[in-house]
Amino acid sequence: MTAVDAMPQHRPDPFDPPADLTDPERDPVRRMRYADGHLGWLVTGYEQARAVLADPRMSVRPELAHQPDSQPTNLTVPAGFFLRMDPPQHERYRRLLTGRFTVRRIRALEPGITAIVDEALDSLAAAGSPADLVSTYALPIPSLVICELLGVPYADRGGFQRDSARMLNLQAPAADRNAAVGSLLAYLSELVADKRRTKPDDLLGDLAASGAVTDEELAGIALLLLLAGHETTANMIAHATFALLQRPEQLALLRDDPDRAAGAADELLRHLSVLYLVLRTATADLELDGHAIRAGETVTVSLAAANRDAGRFPGPDALRLDRDATGHLAFGHGIHQCLGQQLARTELRIALPALLRRFPGLRLAVPAEDVPMRTEMAVYGVHRLPVAW
Amino acid sequence: MRVTVDVDRCCASGQCVEAAPDVFDQDDDTGLVVLRAERPTAAQLPGVRRAVAVCPTGCLGLADR
Repeated sequence: MTAVDAMPQHRPDPFDPPADLTDPERDPVRRMRYADGHLGWLVTGYEQARAVLADPRMSVRPELAHQPDSQPTNLTVPAGFFLRMDPPQHERYRRLLTGRFTVRRIRALEPGITAIVDEALDSLAAAGSPADLVSTYALPIPSLVICELLGVPYADRGGFQRDSARMLNLQAPAADRNAAVGSLLAYLSELVADKRRTKPDDLLGDLAASGAVTDEELAGIALLLLLAGHETTANMIAHATFALLQRPEQLALLRDDPDRAAGAADELLRHLSVLYLVLRTATADLELDGHAIRAGETVTVSLAAANRDAGRFPGPDALRLDRDATGHLAFGHGIHQCLGQQLARTELRIALPALLRRFPGLRLAVPAEDVPMRTEMAVYGVHRLPVAW
Repeated sequence: MRVTVDVDRCCASGQCVEAAPDVFDQDDDTGLVVLRAERPTAAQLPGVRRAVAVCPTGCLGLADR
């Protein structure tokens, strides 16, 4: 078996993962050379990806991981940032939050989300055609939603949106990315201290009042929720709109049939997989699909490729809003699967059809090949989406 | 058929509630899975099978008896 030289990154088509990752003849588990010379693994098959992500011997701790791409990050993991912790620490934090993100709780937020979406539509109309959909619609909606839920002042968005973007830029030097983390934590630490004093009726206020976590841990939890709550959904809204504008027959399905929104959101999540890869490192020797993985070896799981596995999703490269895409891995799999997935689904189910109905003549304002793609970012999508109507 | 749940492994993704809302619910405080119907009807079975298949932690199962 020949090893993959380096993590494939080139995307000839803005909506598809790199071709090497989705070649139907590929081995779903391959050896891969990492940037630091480490000989690790690359997983692109659906069942194999699920097996890795469900395996308790696979750690998420970043200090164990080799980086597949060119930048060694050595990013500092803040206290409370449980996405990068293994059990039992991970459960201690996650279980403080799971009651806040249930299907029922999120359903109760729908009227508030609809109001936020309606306001964003009004500001988009007021901005006038042409406009950048990212800055006027895709980013404000999830930012407002997560700010209200957590109790973060939306007026402070300039700082946290800028720092989040710096933190997620894979091509920035590690020092810059760590500085962005530090800046976000400094901001959130002040906010947490304020919550401790005033105990407002919001998620961070409740956690502060509960006494279950230290201020430092609460700032780390806030960082994770704020980051995950606005970056991923914003990129999904914009990239999904781009994809739909390129496929008018699919766009019409979503615009004309309100019952289609739920399934459409999951199919768009599957097809676009904006969080395209995750890393795990084996903490014991184990077998994966006939391959012997040794303790200490890092496995890169391409969620984007797993979501294009023809064995699980027939005709995987076609965006088909009428397919049953449940079981996709866009939110990951295993104990770390996205805590806010019901919130994300709900935002997409409301924001996408509302946009298409309010602006039936929506179109790209530039040629598709001029839309700047987020190839250097940990969360994929578009930097800007100039649209007209 | 009988639905089995290992609540200690639940990560509260809510996907089972979406797949089979008559069979699965979530605790309001913890978000963890609550079984509403241990023995699903024939009409509920496809949803239960979907829920078992997509559960991220494999904490749901279907037993013959």
